Amino acid sequence: MGPKTIDNKQVISVNLLYDEKLDGPLPPVDKAGLINELRQTLPDLELLHEREDLQPYECDGLSAYRVMPLLVVMPETVEQIETFMKICHQRQVPVVARGAGTGLSGGALPLEGGVLLVLARLKNILEVNPEGRFARVQPGVRNLAISEAAAPYQLYYAPDPSSQIACSIGGNVAENAGGVHCLKYGLTVHNLLKVEIVTVEGERMTLGSDALDSPGFDLMALFTGSEGMLGIVVEVTVKLLPRPQVAKVLMASFDDVGKAGKAVGDIISAGIIPGGLEMMDNLAIRAAEDFIHAGYPVEAEAILLCELDGVEADVADECERVRQVLENSGATAISQAKDDAERALFWAGRKNAFPAVGRISPDYYCMDGTIPRRELPKVLQGIADLSAEYGLRVANVFHAGDGNMHPLILFDANQEGELERAEAVGGKILELCVAVGGSITGEHGVGREKINQMCSQFNDDELLTFHAVKAAFDPDGLLNPGKNIPTLNRCAEFGAMHIHNGELPFPELERF
Amino acid sequence: MSAQHEHAHRPGERAASASEQQLQQQVLDALHSNTPLAIQGANSKAFLGRPVDGQVLDTRGHSGIVNYDPTELVVTVRSGTPLVELLAALDDQGQTLTCEPPTFNGQATVGGMIAAGLSGPRRPWSGAVRDLVLGTRVITGHGKLLRFGGEVMKNVAGYDLSRLMAASFGQLGVITEVSMKVLPKPVSSHHLRLELPVERALLKLAEWGQQPIPITAASYLDGHLHLRLEGGVGSVRSAADRIGGEELDAGFWTQLNEQQLDFFQDPRPLWRLSLPPLTAELELPGASLLDWAGAQRWLKSDAAAEELQALASRHGGHATCYRAGVTDSPFQPLTPLLQRYHRQLKKQLDPQGLFNPGRMYPGL
Repeated sequence: MGPKTIDNKQVISVNLLYDEKLDGPLPPVDKAGLINELRQTLPDLELLHEREDLQPYECDGLSAYRVMPLLVVMPETVEQIETFMKICHQRQVPVVARGAGTGLSGGALPLEGGVLLVLARLKNILEVNPEGRFARVQPGVRNLAISEAAAPYQLYYAPDPSSQIACSIGGNVAENAGGVHCLKYGLTVHNLLKVEIVTVEGERMTLGSDALDSPGFDLMALFTGSEGMLGIVVEVTVKLLPRPQVAKVLMASFDDVGKAGKAVGDIISAGIIPGGLEMMDNLAIRAAEDFIHAGYPVEAEAILLCELDGVEADVADECERVRQVLENSGATAISQAKDDAERALFWAGRKNAFPAVGRISPDYYCMDGTIPRRELPKVLQGIADLSAEYGLRVANVFHAGDGNMHPLILFDANQEGELERAEAVGGKILELCVAVGGSITGEHGVGREKINQMCSQFNDDELLTFHAVKAAFDPDGLLNPGKNIPTLNRCAEFGAMHIHNGELPFPELERF
Repeated sequence: MSAQHEHAHRPGERAASASEQQLQQQVLDALHSNTPLAIQGANSKAFLGRPVDGQVLDTRGHSGIVNYDPTELVVTVRSGTPLVELLAALDDQGQTLTCEPPTFNGQATVGGMIAAGLSGPRRPWSGAVRDLVLGTRVITGHGKLLRFGGEVMKNVAGYDLSRLMAASFGQLGVITEVSMKVLPKPVSSHHLRLELPVERALLKLAEWGQQPIPITAASYLDGHLHLRLEGGVGSVRSAADRIGGEELDAGFWTQLNEQQLDFFQDPRPLWRLSLPPLTAELELPGASLLDWAGAQRWLKSDAAAEELQALASRHGGHATCYRAGVTDSPFQPLTPLLQRYHRQLKKQLDPQGLFNPGRMYPGL
């Protein structure tokens, strides 16, 4: 079977579904026995096991990958989760945790032989403390709901992934979610004070503290972004920041993508850290303009959107300095949003770039690589060359400030061979990111989607170290098996192993 | 096994330098002879943690800035590099490490700064050492030289082992290189002190914290709240006008960070209490100084470790002894569950117990 596309234009590749031969054997589960024990021990725990009830949970935001879970459980209390995990541990049942299910890399993709632990019902905001500038929330609380709850105090929670209206904080912790304001305000890992975990054995453990640090190893940093592989997040205390007094957006047009890339470096060199700094190329500009009518210059080869926020006096000063930098960098036009409505419109074009591209192509494949910014011209040229070589258009959208690229590869799955070409281009773009010192994923996570690309970013010893970390917290491999870190067997299979002098490392390992 | 066989097989990856290979060879030898290692740079933080019985592995021969591109806001530096050398190179470009790490009389190395994870007065507003860490090269307990993270701001591939290295006191591996995020120094700054009672100072700090006032240091000492304002010219000026007070010499912050103020000359052992930011003024058995807007309190005291750690714990924090030999538990003891996972993690990453055994806790 070859790969195919499904409704929302993402790519499926059958070889990415859990394969015990490559991903390791899974324990057999006595479904009836498990249901029985859960019902007896946790009579109030909602439990779904009929096929039609399970269907809504067969995928996360990467809906091209679908697997029917063995069971879905929907706890409403932490105590239920503790007992549930104890039962699963005792019976050796794999568990996949899921929040709102908006993740783009298949991190919450269920397992046929595992339980899907849905945390969406734990959605209470337990405390908003304006003097202490923190909020304590349950894992199913939506990212945006935290900022809404903090708004009466002129405070907010800074990380803002584009799915923030729907994504939940537990998932944000699991993925170390980013957003468009990361350069200045950091990722999820920078905005946490304390995370409560239920371990694979069903014990409750506190990472971090109400103080700014805690004794021992920084396990909170280790757990952030660990994709549900080390423990279940059951409560999160986040930092709140005072809302900036003002925010202004400048839009600059360029007749050359390289000049726009250089302008980004020039702004930083001037000692300015914008709240947001985004770049789009011509194809993305045209698609967004057609869709949103944001007032984008459709003839430009690239635009930069630069948001400056803070205290009014500083922002006015910075706007002036950025304008000068942009002029010196060869911008062909510069405009500043005259009011908040126009500012919102400028951003709407950028935030809707993905659906906008979806309107001009039957299918597209979204990448999430990061690179050192200085490599931008080289990587863009590489992408353009790949685009020409494979005969597929690529629209480029970047979080330019922090080097996080989202190239969108346009293709038509109904045309013979286009999907394979799109996958090939995608793989080569990520390899290009790794080659210039970047990463295969900046913010979407590895999940199941990029499990094979992990083999090009890390060597076997590094992967073995990751497996060692996993073994310290989940020696039986019951938490989210098959995600995030590939087995060496999988890497061998996909030919991305690093071969020294013609010799494979670990010759004693069985190969498939 | 030989150090020469290590990678450099991935495109764009640097091969190990001679000094890095030397460190790796020392680890391989120690593995072979089963000799524990006491990893150190200048040993400027010997006062922290428990004594380590091991052969010294000195990182200072592995020194120098590997890569620094100010427009990338990233610097990659070898662990044996003196921290002052790094700070000077950043300063030349108008940039800095926002966690404001202490240099301990100019002795501290970058590796020690990461391994101890000590941050300066700016910590509550700009983040800790671990917040700047983007990537590391590490020699593992298996003697492998590996790379985690990288030189990019966003990277969620694999577990974040680089940040885990921060404040792990060398117990999980030998850091040979670290990549960090750097930021421009603020355009404008103002230093002031206000005479007011400590209770009132804590209330004012809670109030200002909810407003966009550019405070980047707040310390209470000798009946005075000491404040630093940093940011754009306009915001600093308006905050300074609003808060008032008398001007303070900027050198105060260095003296505080380097523990050179008179307060630190008191002969009693120095303790650090890390507490929730809003903790009211406490009756402490000794002389105290508030930093981090109250979240970090320095205490000069002869009180027993158990007493101080119980006190900190009651208030939601923890206490650390900053003088060697005073107690066998200079770091606050962990809960049994956390202790178990610490040991399991150590066992997995350093199975022979080679690296700084027992520096943080007995048996770790």
